[in-house]
Amino acid sequence: MEALKEFVNILSGPQYSFTLTLIMFYLLMKYYRIIGTKKFAWGFVILMTPVYLWFMSDDVFRTIIATPDNIPISILLFSVFFFTWLTVHKAAINDERIEAGECPIEGLPENREKVWSWPNLVYNELFVIIAGTIFLIVWAIIFKAPLEEPANPTWAPNPAKAPWYFLGLQEMLVYFDPWMAGVVLPVFIIIGLVAIPYIDTNPKGNGYYTFSERKMAISCFMFGWLVLWIFLIIIGTFLRGPNWTFYGPFEYWDFHKVVAEANINLSEIIWIKMLGTTMPSNLIVREIFGIFVILAYFGISGAMITKKWGQDILEKTGKIRYYFFLFLVLFMATLPIKMYLRWLFTLKYIVALPEWELNL
Amino acid sequence: MSESKKSLNRREFFSFLAVGWITFTAATAGLLGLVFRFLYPNVNFEPEMEFIAGIPGDYDNGVDERWKNGFGVWIIKREGKLVALSNICTHLGCIPNWLPGELKFKCPCHGSGFYPSGINFEGPAPRPLERFKITTLPDGRLKIDKTKKYRYEKGQWNNPDSYIEV
Ligand code: FES
Repeated sequence: MEALKEFVNILSGPQYSFTLTLIMFYLLMKYYRIIGTKKFAWGFVILMTPVYLWFMSDDVFRTIIATPDNIPISILLFSVFFFTWLTVHKAAINDERIEAGECPIEGLPENREKVWSWPNLVYNELFVIIAGTIFLIVWAIIFKAPLEEPANPTWAPNPAKAPWYFLGLQEMLVYFDPWMAGVVLPVFIIIGLVAIPYIDTNPKGNGYYTFSERKMAISCFMFGWLVLWIFLIIIGTFLRGPNWTFYGPFEYWDFHKVVAEANINLSEIIWIKMLGTTMPSNLIVREIFGIFVILAYFGISGAMITKKWGQDILEKTGKIRYYFFLFLVLFMATLPIKMYLRWLFTLKYIVALPEWELNL
Repeated sequence: MSESKKSLNRREFFSFLAVGWITFTAATAGLLGLVFRFLYPNVNFEPEMEFIAGIPGDYDNGVDERWKNGFGVWIIKREGKLVALSNICTHLGCIPNWLPGELKFKCPCHGSGFYPSGINFEGPAPRPLERFKITTLPDGRLKIDKTKKYRYEKGQWNNPDSYIEV
């Protein structure tokens, strides 16, 4: 048992669990027709329940899960699992119908019938309002608000955690400069979400569930949502303890856990380790390799992707739409790339210009 | 005559309009003023920007935390120098903790680590902690001025105001 727990602890380290999540995401996208069956769902539930109970039998894990702050994440986890499965399930059914030459379920005559929003919709809304209010009141009564001591500008709690819905961002900040992860990336996330209807003018999938007709669009979105947002929230909530050190799910939050995670900049690796000289004093010369890497990333990989996969999208959507989309995707990919660089090479910044508050 | 009693004439109408608009504008301005006032705190708990930190003999070698909670400053004595180090993390401005066992400052927000010298070595912090201006008064006491900061990466730690020889 202990050995198994130890194994789970190691496996949930960010580098492994992120890789596992990537693999799982790939499997989800690849075998969505199997995953989308009811049989699979029940099998999964039956299989996971004992695992969950076993997790819960551990004191440390239970304390983390039951912290009032963390309960929303548990709810979020279950609902994300359920709704992801539900969409996959519906998409799988529709895709099979489409392949057989039928119309999607939503397009059947009995589903196309129109009804009045009053009372059909308004009653539902009323019910949701009442149920939501009751739920929140009961929750507020059962779990006390986790109030802490008065704010003090010269002292911070340890670990200092953002509200749960921002913990993904906070986890992102571990790998980036505050400017990038705190301002630039969130702004691009928002711009990207706002721009979806303008970039994606493909009418397929409007009003019905499908995956096979919209493979790329759905995979891109789900990657950002499940892997880069939800997964990071889970890590930030459950697995980051004092000093923002990583703790496995069964690991006691020992304030004195020491992990050596010294990081170095790309410029230091190249100038000092590889070339064996001192750092040049001219800033641009010092960071020239990093700047080159960044430009090459956007230029070369952009060109390669366009050549390999992008041609027909480029033709279908037009230049501006396509390049904007490509830019957003490449930008999104910087997050996992940066995370792996940190884990594999303890790389801190590719371009480090603290003098100009500019670090990439 | 009875006409004018029932309906306003042109001039009266405009004066009513003027009074109405002036009242409305005044009320709105007053409300906005209140909202604006509300944005400012009633009491300000900001630590003082300048303070007297005893005499150099008060400090042993190493990191001294006595001014941390009141003023946000660590006094560090090492290698014959006394410096006043800011306790604001250079990543996103959290307050790192001094871990005496591991001889480092560690930030609780995203895990940046700093050597006692203030140099960053782990986590995402892009640059070392900042030093404050530290001077000796004529009577031998130390004065720390937090309005002046010295940044390592800009070469300002060589500035004689950023440390005191002891
Ligand atoms: S604020 Fe200190 S590590 Fe981010």
